[in-house]
Amino acid sequence: MNFKLKVWRQKNAVSPGSFKDYDAKDIPSEASFLEMLDIVNESLTGNSEDPIEFDSDCREGICGMCSLVINGIPHGPGKGTTCQVYMRRFTDGDTIWIEPFRAAAFSPIKDLVVDRSAFDRIIQAGGYIVVRTGSAPEANSLPVPKHNADLAMEAAACIGCGACVAACPNSSAMLFVAAKVSHLGLLPQGQAERETRAIHMVREMDELGFGNCRNYYECEAICPAEISATFIARLNRDYAAASAQEALTV
Amino acid sequence: MSMTLDSKVPSGPLERKWSKHRGESKLVAPNNRPKFDIIIVGSGLAGASAAATLGELGYNVKCFCFQDSARRAHSIAAQGGINAAKNYQNDGDSVFRLFYDTIKGGDFRSREANVHRLAEISLNIIDQCVAQGVPFAREYGGLLANRSFGGVQVSRTFYARGQTGQQLLLGAYQALEHEVAEGTVKMYPRTEMLDLVLVDGHAKGIVVRNLVTGEISTHAADTVVLATGGYGNVFYLSTNAKGCNVTATWRAHKRGALFANPCFTQIHPTCIPVSGPYQAKLTLMSESLRNDGRVWVPDKKKDPRPPGQIPESERDYYLERKYPSFGNLVPRDIASRNAKEVCDEGRGVGPSGLGVYLDFSDAIKRHGEDTIRERYGNLFEMYQNITNEDAYKTPMRIYPAVHYTMGGLWVDYNLMSTIPGLHVLGEANFSDHGANRLGASALMQGLSDGYFVIPSTIANYLATQLGKKVSANRPEFKAAESEVRLRINRLLSIKGKKSVTTFHRELGLLVWDKCGMARDAQGLKDALQKIPALREEFWQNVNVLGDGAEFNQALEHAGRVADFLEFAELMCLDALDRKESCGCHFRLESQTKEGEALRDDEHYCYVSAWEYTGPNTPANLVMEPLTFEYVKLSQRSYK
Ligand SMILES: Cc1cc2nc3c(=O)[nH]c(=O)nc-3n(C[C@H](O)[C@H](O)[C@H](O)COP(=O)(O)OP(=O)(O)OC[C@H]3O[C@@H](n4cnc5c(N)ncnc54)[C@H](O)[C@@H]3O)c2cc1C
Ligand code: FES
Repeated sequence: MNFKLKVWRQKNAVSPGSFKDYDAKDIPSEASFLEMLDIVNESLTGNSEDPIEFDSDCREGICGMCSLVINGIPHGPGKGTTCQVYMRRFTDGDTIWIEPFRAAAFSPIKDLVVDRSAFDRIIQAGGYIVVRTGSAPEANSLPVPKHNADLAMEAAACIGCGACVAACPNSSAMLFVAAKVSHLGLLPQGQAERETRAIHMVREMDELGFGNCRNYYECEAICPAEISATFIARLNRDYAAASAQEALTV
Repeated sequence: MSMTLDSKVPSGPLERKWSKHRGESKLVAPNNRPKFDIIIVGSGLAGASAAATLGELGYNVKCFCFQDSARRAHSIAAQGGINAAKNYQNDGDSVFRLFYDTIKGGDFRSREANVHRLAEISLNIIDQCVAQGVPFAREYGGLLANRSFGGVQVSRTFYARGQTGQQLLLGAYQALEHEVAEGTVKMYPRTEMLDLVLVDGHAKGIVVRNLVTGEISTHAADTVVLATGGYGNVFYLSTNAKGCNVTATWRAHKRGALFANPCFTQIHPTCIPVSGPYQAKLTLMSESLRNDGRVWVPDKKKDPRPPGQIPESERDYYLERKYPSFGNLVPRDIASRNAKEVCDEGRGVGPSGLGVYLDFSDAIKRHGEDTIRERYGNLFEMYQNITNEDAYKTPMRIYPAVHYTMGGLWVDYNLMSTIPGLHVLGEANFSDHGANRLGASALMQGLSDGYFVIPSTIANYLATQLGKKVSANRPEFKAAESEVRLRINRLLSIKGKKSVTTFHRELGLLVWDKCGMARDAQGLKDALQKIPALREEFWQNVNVLGDGAEFNQALEHAGRVADFLEFAELMCLDALDRKESCGCHFRLESQTKEGEALRDDEHYCYVSAWEYTGPNTPANLVMEPLTFEYVKLSQRSYK
């Protein structure tokens, strides 16, 4: 298969970027999207042109490292991550636009690579259950209803890729925060810190320059881990409860 | 002068060694802990759990990883589960049984004391992870669920859907980020360790490259911990993440750390076959598929018919035929080797001829498509996405692929390498899995090392180092840093004709062919001739574009491949020395009359630890003899 690529090239965070045209020639239809870029990079290198930089690691859809906007859609066509897109989805001769995830809180690094460390900072604000190593009680001493455990797992499945932010017209990280707050808040172990967790994580999100949630639900539609937007409602409840609590104690 | 290895295994009865050792270990007083700087390289299960725990204890921790976040370490990809001897199923499991299964599974090439400690600690790991909020699968009564995994007779595997590694890593990552918020741990993502710095023979720092800016810098500490994962990508194609590499451990090896059992690598039987030379990595299909799938190939060589048109009478269900009692559930190494054998005979399937069928039609007939969908729906979907084939209608095609590396830096019972002050955790060390790792035991080992072992044992070293702090201004740091710069400049100045990937692929094919599932002296000698030649060519003819002082993935890859090109030679040398078939590897010269693996306890019941002796001189073999007091050595038989 052959494709025309329009790829975002940007030397570093301070230089301006622009789209450049490339030909992707003789691409096997069984190749993945990233393997197609590997092939293009091999030929660029052969011609002494700098290869296109993009993030990836596991190439199995779980690490959340890959992060391309393909034809305007974060992670491209289909429901998984960028690394799970295969070229047979495209038609021979297609023109394909490739851009990085864009958001105020994700600063560019180079070409298609961006800095998503803001997500780590949101977790630092409260996305955990504090338990000193070695001091945990016997695991089966606290039964968890299967329904809650399963729901917690659904929220915990978030891969932290940032597609929700890239898809949101407001660049909100609400789905990411909601997934973590719900995962931990659905479990008995997570109750002690439940309300402070919600409030601290949301505040940190605001401070880092992510936008507000206006219920566009683009995040849910794009999420490769299929995190449900109903978790946002759960976060809102925890947040409201925590704010009320805070108002009372001041 | 020949070196001897002291494993520091404590005396006393097996089940008391660990508690005795902890009781006798040195302590660092709480007020002294902030005075100690600890460098941890790696933030996978082993590194993140160690960093979180040591930070919580009050040490001053710096943690490094090459991904953009600690949460993305390769551990995230583990699917199946984690073992623990909880005996929640009341099916006769115990610490001793987990110990025994692990020793036997490793084909009697690991230390009894280490493995027993691992089995003991398995209990604490589950408690810890549950308390952190890891959403393990549960039964209707709300208690934890288990499954049987990897051919053992008890159900001791804990799991979180097909994402156990992800959930365990997120638990450790969250604990780590909590310590970052507390200020005890400083995290350095997108930072790659390129060398180890020794001062007076002790590990006291590292040289790193900031992968965003390209800046090279050094960091000093009182001790260095490597938790940098396995080296499976020496084979180019593997189920490991693209970035997995041997650089950190190889650099430490060149600075004096002995490398143990490098030829012990695990080949997983159920992966999606290679489809072409463009392919970047291989995808694992969970082992659980063999519970319902039947493995077969056509009787006839190069049979052109699609599977549905090959009648029952012309199919060879070779695992069921050769191993009637275990059938399709034989251990990984046996399943892998037999797949290779039938393909070598010319009976492999698929476009490349390197594949065998894994057929679900009988299971679908028996249980219905819905049941199969419920059990494996996500795997069938993944298979379809990658191959464009519907495994409900036509058999899957699978082939073995490199998956895990048992070898690693040699460590003693304290997890300290032969360099004082250098500790090694997780897949990066050699310690617990012998010649073959059982399913669901790598996650257990990573967390055991990180949460429970190193936080106690590191004090044995640190307590001797009070008042011995070194600064990064010392000449040793400057010297190591300038070596790193020199090497990078050399890589960038070659401007040859072949890409880094081309060299990596060539190396991978060579070691897969000569040092993969089956090996013999002739092939290994051949590889030992070819690897130095390929390395030579790399340093003459590789093409790495761009600049060192910027984000440059080709340069990162080039450094890793340069190290693989050196490491591969050691791997083949080790394989050549070990003239027995053992665990995951099969020496053609050492087989029974029926063609099964023949272990040689009389001559090879030792750990091979290799000492670096300089460029282009063969490494020196130092043996750690293995003695077994509590288990009886037996030949594995699955007939
Ligand atoms: C597909 C797959 C499925 C698996 N499933 C299971 C399973 O079900 N059960 C099981 O028990 N095991 C499983 N395993 C094995 C298991 O996942 C790994 O052995 C284990 O996670 C390794 O953990 P680790 O912490 O030692 O290393 P890793 O998770 O590999 O982490 C290595 C860390 O080191 C860092 N690093 C490496 N080199 C450098 C450097 N030079 N500089 C700076 N940082 C560096 C990386 O950034 C990373 O943070 C599976 C493996 C694969 C490939
Ligand atoms: S590379 Fe890991 S999710 Fe795509």
